[in-house]
Amino acid sequence: MRQFIEGSHAIAEVIKLCKPGVISAYPITPQTHIVEDLAQMVADGSVDAQFVNVESEHSAASVVLGGAAAGVRSYTATSSQGLFYMSEVIFNIAGLRLPLVLTCANRAVSAPINIWNDQQDSISLRDAGWIQLYAEDIQEAVDLHIIGYKISEDKDVMLPVMVCMDGFILTHGIETVDIPSQEQVDKFLPPYKALYKLDVDDPMTIGPLVGPDYYMETRYAIQKTLGDCLKIIPQAIADFSKDFGRNYSGLVEAYQVKDAERVIIAMGSVCGSIKDVVDELRSKGKKVGLLKIVSYRPFPVDAICNSLKDVPKVAVLDKAVSLGSYAPLASEIRSAFFGKKKAPKVISSFIAGLGGRDITKDSIKEIYRLLTAKELQEEFIDLKPELLKEKYE
Amino acid sequence: MKEIRIHARAGQGAITTASLLGSAYFLKGMYPYAFPHFGAARMGAPMNAFVRVDNKPVRLRSQIYEPDYIIIVDATLTRGFNCFSGLKEKGIVIFNEKEGVEIPKVDARKKIFVLPANEIAMKTIGRPLGNTALLGAFAAATGEFDLAAVQESIKQRFAGRALEGNLEAAKQGYEFVKNQMKG
Repeated sequence: MRQFIEGSHAIAEVIKLCKPGVISAYPITPQTHIVEDLAQMVADGSVDAQFVNVESEHSAASVVLGGAAAGVRSYTATSSQGLFYMSEVIFNIAGLRLPLVLTCANRAVSAPINIWNDQQDSISLRDAGWIQLYAEDIQEAVDLHIIGYKISEDKDVMLPVMVCMDGFILTHGIETVDIPSQEQVDKFLPPYKALYKLDVDDPMTIGPLVGPDYYMETRYAIQKTLGDCLKIIPQAIADFSKDFGRNYSGLVEAYQVKDAERVIIAMGSVCGSIKDVVDELRSKGKKVGLLKIVSYRPFPVDAICNSLKDVPKVAVLDKAVSLGSYAPLASEIRSAFFGKKKAPKVISSFIAGLGGRDITKDSIKEIYRLLTAKELQEEFIDLKPELLKEKYE
Repeated sequence: MKEIRIHARAGQGAITTASLLGSAYFLKGMYPYAFPHFGAARMGAPMNAFVRVDNKPVRLRSQIYEPDYIIIVDATLTRGFNCFSGLKEKGIVIFNEKEGVEIPKVDARKKIFVLPANEIAMKTIGRPLGNTALLGAFAAATGEFDLAAVQESIKQRFAGRALEGNLEAAKQGYEFVKNQMKG
């Protein structure tokens, strides 16, 4: 049903429809509304789950790890420092091959403390073995949770999924969202049946010490599975789109890329703003486009290279920094094209929107303007150089 | 596309105001996107809430710098700060007046409607939360939707005594501006 609904409430509604048995979370802005709503639903009896209140995100992650290990569909959500506090367990959940969906309400990381949006938190955990999917709008965020459970619980996957949605912009934004019916979700997402689980009547050990004779193969296996996911994820998205009447394109979305001379690559809600700018510039005859990355992990190298092989100039917009090196997404785009015969002549890197600095249409136009034959290694958009001169006196 | 910017302090209900505004547009079959921006993350700090609305889904996610309409929930915010910045040429301001706070001037093509929204709220709701009176005033001043649309979105949000009070506040805000326009 179409509703005018806040992003966080919409996520709580869709998690309810996914029928998790265990929910655990620790409040952190801007994720809090999601689990507050779920806590209320559990208290009201409309969600038949155990809601475990914990004293930290480390424990929240541990509880959902335990839930998934016991064969129960589980859910948690967090942001920023909360995700970092979970990080030890985050690696364990993937290493143990447990299915889970976690919402990351993307927020800048400390210090200095900042509650506003960028994507440094989830990007920093890119090597944890999780699938990471980024939503452009609230509808896509809602849908990616259903798709997320489907992929995560696939017997050929058995890896956790992080659905990333920009904090405040999407979590606290209110817009028109189609919340699917319970019947639709039940049909697409049958109850989770674990291949193996912790069971007191049939005990087993999971996560024992693994020495040099076996460890490397466990990592290789995850790497191999994430490679397989480059086929499994688009299939799941296509199945979902068919059943739910959506129009998703898969691992990436190419918007006005076909004859484009300049394309911006980006992830998350900023893609909506870029689409508006693309339309505006196209109406003035400028051949520009957008490549939206939906799946950041696994990183869809072939899909990206196929989309951009004939585009002469590409700009990569990162809402994160790899301090001490090139921007994370830009580095990977450059490495994807390394040694390829058909590749953009220019791949320029732009960092924007850190700590909630607003990315306006002008910011995006500035990126297109700066995307010339001269490749830019790393350009900060809307930086205020005068602030760098301030001294402590 | 229409863009609305609300100036308030955190805790004064500006997000609810934006949500009710959006809901009134939604009931008309339009596509609103309502969202907040907090200055400092604490009660009483200046903050904005925004509504961007179109007849197709809104994709633009930036804040609003050139609004068609501005709602001032807390007049003290206009002291030493230009809350009217970027207001479009034929823009409209809905201003919640406060004793001792001067009302900034706007040029001739822009309109400003001043009403005692907190007084209306004290009479109707019993608390100085002028939001729904301002929404009634917004409907009257802009003609974006009628009073019934505001009241319908209030009905979906409130219940019991709060519902009655807010419905009445919206009506009085609406009538206050309608009378102003006649005079």
